Amino acid sequence: MNIDLTAMPATIDLLHAGLAAIALVFFILMLVKGGSKTPAPTEAQPEEPATVAVPEAHLTKQLKTANPDAALQLLSLLQQEARFIDFVQEELTGFSDAEVGAAARVVHEGGQKVLKEYFCLEAVRDEQEESRITLPDGFDATTVRLTGNVVGHAPFTGTLVHRGWKASEVKLPKLAEGHDAHIVAAAEVEL
Amino acid sequence: MSETDNHASRYAVGIDLGTTHCVLSYVELDSEQDPAPHHVLPIAQLTSPGSVDEKPQLPSFIYQAHEAELAEGDVALPWNTYPDTIVGTMARELGSKTPIRLVSSAKSWLCHGGVDRHASFLPLNSPEEVAKVSPIEATFQYLLHLRNAWDHRFPDAALVDQDVTITVPASFDPAARDLTAEAAQRIGFKHLTLLEEPQAAVYSWLESCADSWRNQVSIGDVILVVDIGGGTTDLSLVAVTEDEGNLNLNRVAVGEHILLGGDNMDLALAYQVNAKLAQEGKTLAPWQIVAITHSCRDAKEVLLTDPDVHSVPIVVPSRGSKMLGSTLRTELTKDEVMNSLVDGFFPHVGIHDHPAQQARGALKQMGLPYAQDPAILRHLAAFLCRQQAAANELLGQNEGEFIKPTAILFNGGVLKAPMLAERVMTVINNWLNEAGAEQAKQLAGTDLDLAVAKGAAYYGSVRQGKGVRIRGGIASAYYVGIESAMPAIPGMAPPIQALCVAPFGMEEGSAAKGPNQEFGLIVGEPVRFRFFGSTTRRDDQAGTLLDYWEPGELEELPEIQANLPVEGRQPGEVVPVELASRVTEVGTLCLEAIPSDGGTKWQVELDVRAG
Repeated sequence: MNIDLTAMPATIDLLHAGLAAIALVFFILMLVKGGSKTPAPTEAQPEEPATVAVPEAHLTKQLKTANPDAALQLLSLLQQEARFIDFVQEELTGFSDAEVGAAARVVHEGGQKVLKEYFCLEAVRDEQEESRITLPDGFDATTVRLTGNVVGHAPFTGTLVHRGWKASEVKLPKLAEGHDAHIVAAAEVEL
Repeated sequence: MSETDNHASRYAVGIDLGTTHCVLSYVELDSEQDPAPHHVLPIAQLTSPGSVDEKPQLPSFIYQAHEAELAEGDVALPWNTYPDTIVGTMARELGSKTPIRLVSSAKSWLCHGGVDRHASFLPLNSPEEVAKVSPIEATFQYLLHLRNAWDHRFPDAALVDQDVTITVPASFDPAARDLTAEAAQRIGFKHLTLLEEPQAAVYSWLESCADSWRNQVSIGDVILVVDIGGGTTDLSLVAVTEDEGNLNLNRVAVGEHILLGGDNMDLALAYQVNAKLAQEGKTLAPWQIVAITHSCRDAKEVLLTDPDVHSVPIVVPSRGSKMLGSTLRTELTKDEVMNSLVDGFFPHVGIHDHPAQQARGALKQMGLPYAQDPAILRHLAAFLCRQQAAANELLGQNEGEFIKPTAILFNGGVLKAPMLAERVMTVINNWLNEAGAEQAKQLAGTDLDLAVAKGAAYYGSVRQGKGVRIRGGIASAYYVGIESAMPAIPGMAPPIQALCVAPFGMEEGSAAKGPNQEFGLIVGEPVRFRFFGSTTRRDDQAGTLLDYWEPGELEELPEIQANLPVEGRQPGEVVPVELASRVTEVGTLCLEAIPSDGGTKWQVELDVRAG
């Protein structure tokens, strides 16, 4: 009997765990299937990580997964215009600074073109760097990060170390449906 | 206009159909704001396989892709998943690596009388399996892309219903205008007008000054428009007159078609850099020269704009994934740019320093008739001397050896470089100084890249009665060549007479017919005429017969052809006809053969098919 009493909940637990696992597998399968039907790369909608909702039920804000398509697209643009991947993937040892410099110009010129064309970038703070600024009570902590001797209450006065960057507009090209964004640069064969 | 019309146009649209790129600008016609704000259409286009972006310019290129070259869906556009033709940025990019499949410079071919412009021969000299298009088809494709991009953005206001003005070079011959109109009519535009590009630039200037233009120019002024684009240089003269107290603008002369522009300058720099690298023992592959040309364009703009920059590095990365150690690096210095561009294309020349006359008849070889003398200012000097009497009728006798402009309006991306613009001003003012005339002033206020498209859109509202209209009419008189009936003399071409069929300055919607001058046309057989134009003979009326003209006074144009159908007549029968001309509302010249017995008239073709 004793054995029965202890065994019963153990088997039930195992059963529940098994059922839960199967449910999870089905859930993931369903999501993957549904996802492949509507990749809709133009609308960069983050997928809700609903599969892991149970253990995180107590969190009020859920973490979102970034859409890899936009990242791959940006990588592709940087490679196309600035040879970004070629440059970063290469080993620098053994090359002179002049040679690195020549290649860096390509990356710089092209990278600048990409930033200019697809983003509107502006400084978060207009003040001069290294000048003293005061942050009022209720300042936006996502746009300004406090560092160093962070004690007391707002208003905070400190030195503006970096002005920050804000992308006020992102205008990435639209991607054709079914376009494989993972190919960030196609191989080239000259005939 | 048709009964479906009702003048439903909501927008006045201007299309700058350029040699290297197209721009579409528009204004709302019944806008409550005055002046109505201008918009430039962001043109959705493929920028790389599978990627669509909106850009203000549509590069005028078509890429004839191989069927294995692009994956399915790589060419999808917002309005068409499987378009037949790749137009725009991606076409240019793919074509830079595979030039045999790239259609370019269709506009220059459109005005090349030595080829059959309806024949499909572009891309030129490419292998047989590459599909070919005609210059007119390419023009149609650019317009079609613009129409689709517009209609996608404005589903409720189709482009064909709008008031559309397409710009053409002032130097386009009647056949080239006709072909542009033909391509546009295939699109189905209901309210179409052609406008000369330099005039469009003037309209843009008028609009940007609003009412203050009357303070900037006065009666007796002669405005010289210098339009240096990517592929061509276009010149025009506009005289300012008075009529019942109002200032009027009259376009009195246009220049020859000069195939010389910013692209030539970039190429000149690229070859200079190439020579420099060759001295260092580095030989360049063709793709590297293309890359250098792009870099030179950017470097040129910096060097000619910023006085503090003395050299700009030019780098060409390797083609493979290894960049370090194989990236070519050199420099372009300010001195080099000054030497080859400023002194090469804009040298200090005298007013009598003209380009060497190009030998005609060399058109048999297939290729574009690029200007042989790169010195744009020599072409300008020749134009001013040639048009010495252009404003005599309006402004009184000009005693000098050349017409003296009092104001200069620049247009085209090349003249954005202050150093080039200054040089042009300096040289013109030197000419004026030597002739004892006052200095010309520069008219400012236009956007050199967008002025043509904007001016064309503005012209749409001008045609509705808002604002001043430039008078002009056709900028040439046109003649049909008649071979004299005289015994053949060995070694001498039979003398030819020229019969004026369309007088200088004929306005849109007007017609001209000379005194009875009959031709015998053979029914059922095409009859060709030699055709001439003159930008300097302003007083010849329709029907004037010339026995003699000064060298260079008449320029021979491609032949024209009258083809009388057999209908109701005997094949081989000779029918006496008279030639009449009219300028259509669109702005094209139309020649008609009218039978003397009063039968149906036939159109004379300006663009003769080969054969």
